[in-house]
Amino acid sequence: MTDFLNLLVSGVALGAQYSLVALGFVVIYRATGVINFAQGGFCVLGAYLAYNFHNTWGVPFYLALVLTALAGAGVGALVDVTVLRRFVGQPPFVVIMLTIGLLILIEQIVPSVWGADPLPLGDPWGLRTVSPGGVDIKVSDLWTVGIVAVVLAGFFAFFRFSRMGVAMRATAVDLEAAMAQGIPAHRVYRVSWSIAGLVAALAGLTLAAGGGGVRLDIELVALTAFPVIILGGLDSPGGAVAGGLLIGVAQVMSGKYQPEHATWLGQGFPIVMPYVVMIIVLLVRPYGLFGQRKVRRI
Amino acid sequence: MEATRGGDDGAVRAPAEAPILQVSNLAVAYNESVLALRAVSLSVPAGAVVALLGANGAGKTTLLRAVSGLLGVHGGTVRQGAITFDGEPIGQAAPAAIVKRGMAQVMEGRRIFGELSVEENLRAGAFTRRDRSGVRDAYDRVMEMFPVLAERRRSQAGLMSGGEQQMLAIGRALMAAPRLLLLDEPSLGLAPLVVQQIGEVIAEINRGGVSVLLVEQNANMALGLAHHGYVLETGRIAKSGTAADLRADSDIQEYYLGAGGGDGARRSFRDLKGYRRRTRWSA
Ligand SMILES: Nc1ncnc2c1ncn2[C@@H]1O[C@H](COP(=O)(O)OP(=O)(O)OP(=O)(O)O)[C@@H](O)[C@H]1O
Ligand SMILES: [Mg+2]
Repeated sequence: MTDFLNLLVSGVALGAQYSLVALGFVVIYRATGVINFAQGGFCVLGAYLAYNFHNTWGVPFYLALVLTALAGAGVGALVDVTVLRRFVGQPPFVVIMLTIGLLILIEQIVPSVWGADPLPLGDPWGLRTVSPGGVDIKVSDLWTVGIVAVVLAGFFAFFRFSRMGVAMRATAVDLEAAMAQGIPAHRVYRVSWSIAGLVAALAGLTLAAGGGGVRLDIELVALTAFPVIILGGLDSPGGAVAGGLLIGVAQVMSGKYQPEHATWLGQGFPIVMPYVVMIIVLLVRPYGLFGQRKVRRI
Repeated sequence: MEATRGGDDGAVRAPAEAPILQVSNLAVAYNESVLALRAVSLSVPAGAVVALLGANGAGKTTLLRAVSGLLGVHGGTVRQGAITFDGEPIGQAAPAAIVKRGMAQVMEGRRIFGELSVEENLRAGAFTRRDRSGVRDAYDRVMEMFPVLAERRRSQAGLMSGGEQQMLAIGRALMAAPRLLLLDEPSLGLAPLVVQQIGEVIAEINRGGVSVLLVEQNANMALGLAHHGYVLETGRIAKSGTAADLRADSDIQEYYLGAGGGDGARRSFRDLKGYRRRTRWSA
């Protein structure tokens, strides 16, 4: 039982990271109708920026965390203003290729700036654990869950209640009608890219913390977040969170129990498991768990 | 329809001040090739209701897009001519800047934000405004004008009836506190009773001091409300005059009002547009 609780907490922590990355995908998809393949690259940049803030420039860790989030938002906004702004109105295919190009660019820049070897983040959590009631829990997992909870609460409050949040949702429904209300589409795009950059940077930081290390393959988290968004519904921020948690927990659980009870599934099963869950869910609900079947009166 | 307002007394009311909207010699092309408007001139006197009639594809919506800065979304460009709002050129202005100056549009087909609540739709309409108390006043006025919306503030806009959605679209435009309101076929696909309600609403908005450019195929309704009218035909202004003159015009009677006028005409518009008959009316 303690074993199970133990796994549950680390599953939720992993899922929280997936949720962040998936939310970034969803926000960009809703605003622009494309999948941002550079999202994993944003995560990597976040981790390295956190490394610089904390280790190179000696900023206290929790302040570095806040600065990393802001820098991530800045990276997102910068990418929008310098590159993507010029391609508004182009076919989605063009923009998708651009994001792939961006990812390749980041993959080249990172090793040449920071080197190819993993770097220690130097977070105060490290590998420490606490054991309330005999359940061993990594401190970094607790912090991850807490940080993600705060960010998500902030996002949903913004998305639901703020003027810009309403404008973002209106734009996702009908771009031209939103423009006719005086909502400037370019600002909606910029805010969306900033949010995507912010959540990605924090995801990267938490992945590098807790002994994970600052490394290029943090970007692989995006590969798992991909089935998460398909699962949750491409256009549903709530689905991104639910899907992330589901896959995180399922992945950690299967990592533990599958080798013991279902060896025949092979060694790499936890890696493909998210895709298996995705396919099963899509068979039942083709628009994802939370995706909308369009309601519209004609 | 007569309950709204006669065109005759309207013509008397039309003030002689400088026009709030002036379109001069406007030509618009889509994709650098298809000319949708050729040398169109039209003006809306401040405080007036001006009707713009025309068959499908005449270029009515294109004219409104040009005025509100939305041509770019459709790959359209202004090839010649000028548009001034309140005496200032707005030909190059962004839609948001135009809304801020006091022009709002009710788009063809309502185009409400279906996944958002009624209240959120109205908030979106007030996006350009910073004065909170002014927005609250506008909100209260919209709720007063459209009791249906007040009852359904929290419900999802896409689930409302066509008539209610049209009311919402008009309410949303009013949230910007416009001095000029553009309406693109607000009677489209609505039952006669609802069309009459919409007509009354437009008259009330105009009495409140808002100038109106009303695009319609329902000439009966439009000329009943308007002081002046224009008829657009394949991108050109074919006729213009006071509402009374246009109603008396034999061509317009034949084409838009039907030989006998009244309901026969309305049915033929529907056939023209290929409307599906609606089965349920809750507005
Ligand atoms: N996005 C577009 N791209 C290319 N051509 C267009 C576009 N929109 C309209 N047109 C063309 O411009 C002309 C005028 O169209 P417009 O929509 O302005 O007519 P309308 O008078 O509003 O018609 P309706 O009564 O059907 O709404 C038509 O020939 C139409 O095919
Ligand atoms: Mg039209």
